[in-house]
Amino acid sequence: MSPDSPIFKTATELSADLTAGKISSVELTRAMIERVETVDEKVHAFLHLDQEDALAQAKASDERRSKGECLSPLDGIPVGLKDVISVKDQPLTAASKILENYRSPYDATVTVKLKEAGAVVAGRLNLDEFAMGSSTENSAYGPTRNPWDLERVPGGSSGGSSAAVAAREVPLSLGSDTGGSIRQPASLCGVVGMKPTYGMVSRYGLAAFASSLDQIGPFSTTVEDAALLLETISGHDPLDSTSFPKDIPSYSGELKNPAQPGVIGLPKEFFGPGMDDEVRAKVDQTIEHYRSLGYQTKEVSLPSTDLSIPVYYVIATAEASSNLARYDGIRYTSRSERAQNAIDVYAKSRGEGFGSEVKRRCLLGAYGLSSGYYDAYYLRAQKARTLIRQDFERVFKEVDAVLTPTAPTPAFKFGEKSEDPISMYLSDIYTISTNLAGLPGISVPCGFTQSGLPVGMQLIGQAFEESKLLNIAHAYDRDHLYGRQAPNL
Amino acid sequence: MSEDAPMDIDYVANLARIELSDEEKTTYQRQLGDVLKYFEKLQELEVDGVEPTAHAFPRHNVWDKDESKQGFSATEALKNAPQSRQDQVVVPKVIEE
Repeated sequence: MSPDSPIFKTATELSADLTAGKISSVELTRAMIERVETVDEKVHAFLHLDQEDALAQAKASDERRSKGECLSPLDGIPVGLKDVISVKDQPLTAASKILENYRSPYDATVTVKLKEAGAVVAGRLNLDEFAMGSSTENSAYGPTRNPWDLERVPGGSSGGSSAAVAAREVPLSLGSDTGGSIRQPASLCGVVGMKPTYGMVSRYGLAAFASSLDQIGPFSTTVEDAALLLETISGHDPLDSTSFPKDIPSYSGELKNPAQPGVIGLPKEFFGPGMDDEVRAKVDQTIEHYRSLGYQTKEVSLPSTDLSIPVYYVIATAEASSNLARYDGIRYTSRSERAQNAIDVYAKSRGEGFGSEVKRRCLLGAYGLSSGYYDAYYLRAQKARTLIRQDFERVFKEVDAVLTPTAPTPAFKFGEKSEDPISMYLSDIYTISTNLAGLPGISVPCGFTQSGLPVGMQLIGQAFEESKLLNIAHAYDRDHLYGRQAPNL
Repeated sequence: MSEDAPMDIDYVANLARIELSDEEKTTYQRQLGDVLKYFEKLQELEVDGVEPTAHAFPRHNVWDKDESKQGFSATEALKNAPQSRQDQVVVPKVIEE
């Protein structure tokens, strides 16, 4: 593949090329389809790609442009979606057998926003079943491979979304993040991934996992592109009662006016044992870079950090066990042929249709909510969640952002953690508290290990201060652009 | 939960309405036992007087305008149902003899 190919360009560059008439959306979409045909056999980021539909959207974009109409900077640019985000008449499997033949009857709000911006909504991207996992090994349709090393996982749960961008199959994609499911795979695949503040992006049309934690967010190769995609999908939505009424500035525009360097907090609890040495070295270099830019750094304390994994798994599984009750063998696609009575329809359809991690979490969630255990687990976890939230509130009185590694290790090998739920759960240790506190977080590539695996750093911002967070992330990213390095495939 | 009172896997599977094979029961019993042990640090936590957080930024009384909107037709709504007939979902008999 020629290095001049459009697939190696950022969305921002492609947008300029489309405006200048150097390329058409149909040409760009064809190049993307060819790339998927060439590399996806190895990577398996895509569960489905409706080429005809993608090309029809591209053609419509070119026709608009020829009439002097351009809907937004994303007009004509392909965006892939994690297979939990509804697109009318397209499949939505959530990487589960139970939704094998499901077709969405309506568009998610983010899909509507992308279509209104003229983006080419193309491709259903792989994930851990119902977004439960950290490696994309839990997909009922086979795992996605890390484009930097095909023997290793891409992270998860949005592993298809991160791998598709890393493999240059799409310039942009969307994922969902409940405990790190955007940031951790972004880190493991060497791309940018962002979880916005809870309530910034509508969850309408997202297959729910844990409703009080889930947020949709962007993947891209640069922070600049993430800002562009985020401003397109954000905003209040009456169809999501947890959506927050806030004015959305032009995040990409605000990057052009960099803020004065501020204060970056380094939480001591995040820099303890368990972190890989090469990850630590890259994060240390990142901190040095911020100092060289004039940022002050300050050690801070988030004392409730060690509670975050148990609190998260009690709350997320409780919400999941309740949310996934809808997959009952009655309304959605698959029903067990062995079902003789009403209870059978539920139990047998779910027994056959769910994979092992989904079963594990539904069982754990049902247990935590059950009579006699509710106070000990669920209520106690919600109280501990308050302590985690208050830790951040305290820290943000002193700092503008908190910097941590995104994940404790670079991409791990297939099978390495899949038999041990706790070791898999621990790979989200640095990302989970952000969801519990509802805060925005972004993973930015910060270099490679000696064996060539990407490493990511995470910046956590104040609630609804996406602009500030992106600005701080961009200050580092524009000087390095590690996400622009593409793997050999 | 500790080892002397293991999770009653049959009871929980019934609550979750998930049929499990014997092999799955053995595996989950062990794995979830480990997970619950890991959760024990929650029990040691001092939470007296702490308000629970259900949502990071709760919003209350979110109302939509009281006006009718076009919903799905029966055909559209039933398109994903495994069995349907005469604009209705078909299920096994629910009422016992």
